[in-house]
This record gives sequence, C-alpha cells and structure tokens, in this order.
Amino acid sequence: MSERQLIQGNEACARAALAAGCTFFGGYPISPSSEIAELLARELPARGGVFIQMEDELASMGAVLGASLGGRRAMTATSGPGFTLMQEHLGYASLAEIPCVVVDVMRGGPSTGLPTSPAQGDVMQARWGSHGDRATVAVAPGDVQEVYTLTIEAFRLAETLRTPVAVLYDEVIGHMREGVVLHEPTSEELGRRSGPRGPFSPDFLPYEPDEKGVARVPDFGRGYRFHVTGLMHDERGYPTSDHTKVEQLLARLERKVDAAVDAVAPELYRLEDAKIVVVAYGIVARTARAAVDALRAEGVPAGLLRTRLLWPIPAAALTDVIGRADLVVVAEMNRGQWAFEVERLAGRHVQLAPYLRAGGSVITAEELVGHVLRVSTKGARV
Amino acid sequence: MGIDVVSRPPADVPQGDAVASEARDDHALAAARDDAWPGASAEKRFLRYGMMPHMLCPGCGHGIVLDAMLRALARRYETLDDVAFVAGIGCSSRVVGYVDACTLHTTHGRPLTFATGLKLARPDLEVVVVTGDGDGLSIGGNHLIHAARRNIDLTCVLFNNEIYGMTGGQLAPTTIPGAYTSTSPKGNHEQPFDAARLVEAAGATFVARAQSFRTRDFEEIFLRALEHEGFSFVEVMTDCTEYFGRTNRLGNGADLLFSQARADVAIEADLAGRPTLQEVPARPVRPVMEMGVIHESRRQTLEEAMGLVEARS
Repeated sequence: MSERQLIQGNEACARAALAAGCTFFGGYPISPSSEIAELLARELPARGGVFIQMEDELASMGAVLGASLGGRRAMTATSGPGFTLMQEHLGYASLAEIPCVVVDVMRGGPSTGLPTSPAQGDVMQARWGSHGDRATVAVAPGDVQEVYTLTIEAFRLAETLRTPVAVLYDEVIGHMREGVVLHEPTSEELGRRSGPRGPFSPDFLPYEPDEKGVARVPDFGRGYRFHVTGLMHDERGYPTSDHTKVEQLLARLERKVDAAVDAVAPELYRLEDAKIVVVAYGIVARTARAAVDALRAEGVPAGLLRTRLLWPIPAAALTDVIGRADLVVVAEMNRGQWAFEVERLAGRHVQLAPYLRAGGSVITAEELVGHVLRVSTKGARV
Repeated sequence: MGIDVVSRPPADVPQGDAVASEARDDHALAAARDDAWPGASAEKRFLRYGMMPHMLCPGCGHGIVLDAMLRALARRYETLDDVAFVAGIGCSSRVVGYVDACTLHTTHGRPLTFATGLKLARPDLEVVVVTGDGDGLSIGGNHLIHAARRNIDLTCVLFNNEIYGMTGGQLAPTTIPGAYTSTSPKGNHEQPFDAARLVEAAGATFVARAQSFRTRDFEEIFLRALEHEGFSFVEVMTDCTEYFGRTNRLGNGADLLFSQARADVAIEADLAGRPTLQEVPARPVRPVMEMGVIHESRRQTLEEAMGLVEARS
C-alpha cells in the first residue's frame, strides 16, 4: 500500500504495529489510546495474531512480556495512569531484556487529570518511572505519518536491542487525521532479535552479550532451557549479588541503548545561522516550525531542533546546536521536563527561556513568536 | 544445606558454594551425578544443580512439594524443553529456579499475567504457574480470578504456608484467625480466603487442595491438573517452620506436617497412633478443610475460543 490515506494517529500506530510484524497485543482500555486496541482487536486475530484485553495495566504488561518470551513481537498501548501501572514491568523488561513496545498517548496529569486533552507530561515518567537506574528508549513522533514510521522503528529498536521502547505522543496527534503513506517496511527496517549462537549445550549462556552488548536470550520452547529473572543475574541468568557483575550488567544495559541515538536523529530546521533555537517535539514542534518561519519573516535568526528521540537524550546534536545559540527556548506541554535536560546540557553563555504549558491546550505559533520576541529583546544578542 | 533436597551425591562431586560460583559446573555436576547414579530417577534429572544450594529453610515444605511436582512431570515428559515454569515473588516462587526447564521468575503477584501471554503466544507449551498465598491471593488476587474466569489452559499451584516467609513472617490473607505473625502481634483478626472455593467460583474447571504431608496424593492431583484442559488450580498446604511454626509455637517441621494431617477431613480416621500437634491453649489450630479434587468440569478453554488450538470434545 503506497497511496496516501487519511487516517488518525492512533490508527497509524496500529497499522504500523501490523506492518512491523506485531502479533500480540495485551491491553486495557484508556482514553485517549483506546482506538489502537480497538483496531488491533479486529485485525490481529484475522492475521493469526493474538489480541487480549487484560484485567488491568499490570496484567497487560505481564502478558506482553510473556508473549514476547514466547517469540512474538508484542505491544500494548495506554495513557498516563496506565503507563504508571506498567512501570514495574517496564523495569522488569529492561533488566530481563525482553523486547516490547509500549505506546503512551499522553493526556493531562497528574492523576486522572485531563483524560481527553493533550499533554507531554510523561516524558520523565518514561525515563525514571520505574525504580532503580534503568536505561530507556522513548521516541516522540511529530505527526501522523511519523507515528507510523516511528512505531515501526520502535519495534526494530525493541527487537534488536532487546529492551522496552516507549512511543510517546499526545492526544491531539492520537486523534488527528492526516494523509499518510503506509509503506511496507524492508527487512532492515524490521530488524531481528539477537539470539543464541548455536544449539543448546551445557555451556549455553542466555545472558552472554553479543557484539552490540545485547543478551542472546532465545525464545521459550525452542529447545533451550534457561532461567529468566528480575533479580540481578549473571550470564547464566542465575541470580547474583556479586557487586562487580551487577555494575557490569547495569553499565551494559545503559550502553546498549545508545544505538538509538544514531538511529533516530533529530530534525534540524533553519538552524544553519540560527542564534535563537527553539527545541520541541511532538505536536509542539509543528507550531514551533510555524513560529520559526514567522520569526524568520521578521528577520529574526530563529531555527528549530525537533527531537524525535526523547531517551536516550541526543546529547551530541543538542550540545552542538545549543553551543552556537544565544537563546534557547524549549517549548513543551508540561511544567518543564525536557527543558531541565536541555538546561543540564547548555553552557553558561546561553540564555534559556523555556515556554511551558500544562493546562491541556496546544502551544500556538503566535504565543511562541510573542514569547521569543519578548525574551530576545530583553537581552539576547539578536 | 547444599543439594540435600534430593539426596546426597557421591563425595567426589563438588558441593555447596563451590558449585554455585563456577559458571558451568552445574552441568558437569549433573553429568557426574547421572554417571554415578545410573538409576537416578527422572525428577532428579529435572533439577538445575547450578542453582544449589537452595534457599529454603530447614523443615520447609516447599521442597517436598517441588519433588512431587517433578515426579508427576517425569511421568508425563521425557524432557522439560517444552515445559515453562512461571512464578512470582516469594519463597514458593523461588523453587522454579531449581527446575531445568524454561523458567520465568516474574514480579510479585503477576506470574499469571506473564503465563497468560506466554500460553497464548505458544499454546503448545505446558505452562505451570507456581505462586504463593501472598503472591497469588493478596497482591495477585485479581489475576487469579481472571485467569480462572478465562479458563486458560494453565496449571497453577499455590503453595499455601499461611504467612509471608521471604519478608520475615508477616500476615497473609490465608493466616488463620488468632495466629501470630510479625504484623499481627495480638493475633490475626481477619478471616482468611478459602482459595480453592474462590477460584472455583471464579470459573476454574479443575480445583483441588492437597498437602505436603500427603505427597503421593499431591503428586496424583498435580498430574491430573496437568492433564486437565482448562484452568487447573491446586492449593497445596505447606509449612513455614521458621516464621509460622516458631511464632505460634507449633513445634518443628514434623509437628507441622502432622498438624496438616489433623486438618484433613479425608484422613481423620487415619490419625490414631500418629503423634498429635502439640496443643497450646489459645494458640491457633488449623481448621478442618476438604482435601482432594474439589471441582472438575469441562468448558471451552480460552485458546479454543480464540481459535489458537483445535477445539477438543
């Protein structure tokens, strides 16, 4: 299918999952993500896949991980409150190296919050929501087409890195309809799970890393007998409290996800000579692009860094762009989550003036232009 | 300690920590054992010696239960390549690590959710869930009733020792009224769950209760549970000597095993001549409970309903 179709963001996500070879969905209804489950409830069984509505989000994530160990490409979809309930199992998946994709269609929070209004409040939850130091991967599509391509990429990253990958977008992108080309992914775009080197033998080490630092865990029921645990483990998969082994394991899990940084590069828009850099992602990046155009029309040297990857943070690209800027405006729909990360990476010479919004409405281009002009005339060298 | 849980290996076979610390010596040990004991029974071959020494306390009933489970599996399977053990968190859940199968030690209370995903992904696998009374009835109670409702073809064994052992002897939803635990210092004033009846009401199609005291009976019941198509639930009474037994001054492991016998309606007549549980006034005594297969019926399984397996008669 290569012709353009007018579809909703959540539908694009479900179509991408099918194109990426997802054959298992375990989920629990929650606005504004439910269309993903509804579409997959129709489509998966017809294609030999499995759809199951579980009793809650803890169970959804458990079922997804069980299915993944059974060899399926598995996913779930949720929103903030459900994402919170999934955090323990996301930590489990990170440590036990079980691939899965979790879509979080973000709504206003905390708590039940604003169930049908957009927000970007789960950025830090995606990073630090589960206890302990967990390396995470989270992508942030900026339009419906990108929901499709980045969901496919999320599956590739999850499978090749054997780690949970979160797809974070807000309610507006989830429910917005746009023309989308649903291309069939190539085998490179699909990727493959790392697996054991040879048949089962007494020397088999399921958690021995491959050259990319990814464990060689086979699927269950393929002739390999091995142990999977949420305890710290050695290469046999057996529990260990050996401090050196635990440090090495945590370091490897952190290192391996760096591959996502090269795979999901940021979009650099009109940044060549930009002294004012707007940093945005998701729905806000669309209005930020319009704001940059408007500022350029006024002769203001503005540009946009639109990240498509929230975690791990694309630090090199950010520091490079920020290093050449006088003013950096992180625009996001929360109280300043990625803004803190950008602040951490920015040098002292840079003026930082984030534009934040958590009330449930999208930041407009006009507001952003007004903000940039106000801040820049107050002191930045423009 | 060490691998005493099965039986003592020949003296030239390394034991204890020396075994655990060497990366691959468990297989060497297993091979050495098989050579040394040509007649070694199948269930012993199913043990994962590299995980020894085990972490169960002296007198704990869990090893007895695991042994009976492996005997039943040996009657059904040559190898455990296509058998997955899924467990939660707690003393009972740890025993799956000692089985040389596909073993999945999950999060607290959630083994049935992982098992559900695994079974639907691979309906051809035999999936056995090991859980405890805290894991399966307290934090994971919701998943238990939903697995039963769905009638998914899993075999769930709930080790009921009436207490939280691993965390140090706290109150469980199965602790009998009046019993002392570290979080019921004046005695438990909550009514415990009847796990078997709960799961039966939720829709399980095979429900049984057994004891670590009557290990052969449990073996037969577990084998029937494995053979049953649909959600099979076996509650097995097993004893925590270190916390439940000591806190309530119920005696040693043997005393506790006999206390199980006293609480079994099916074998009351048998008890003459056996030592009785030491009776301490105002100390809890186990209530009399039904043992054996409590409910067995046939209803479409989840996998059949989803078209993942051929519908059976």
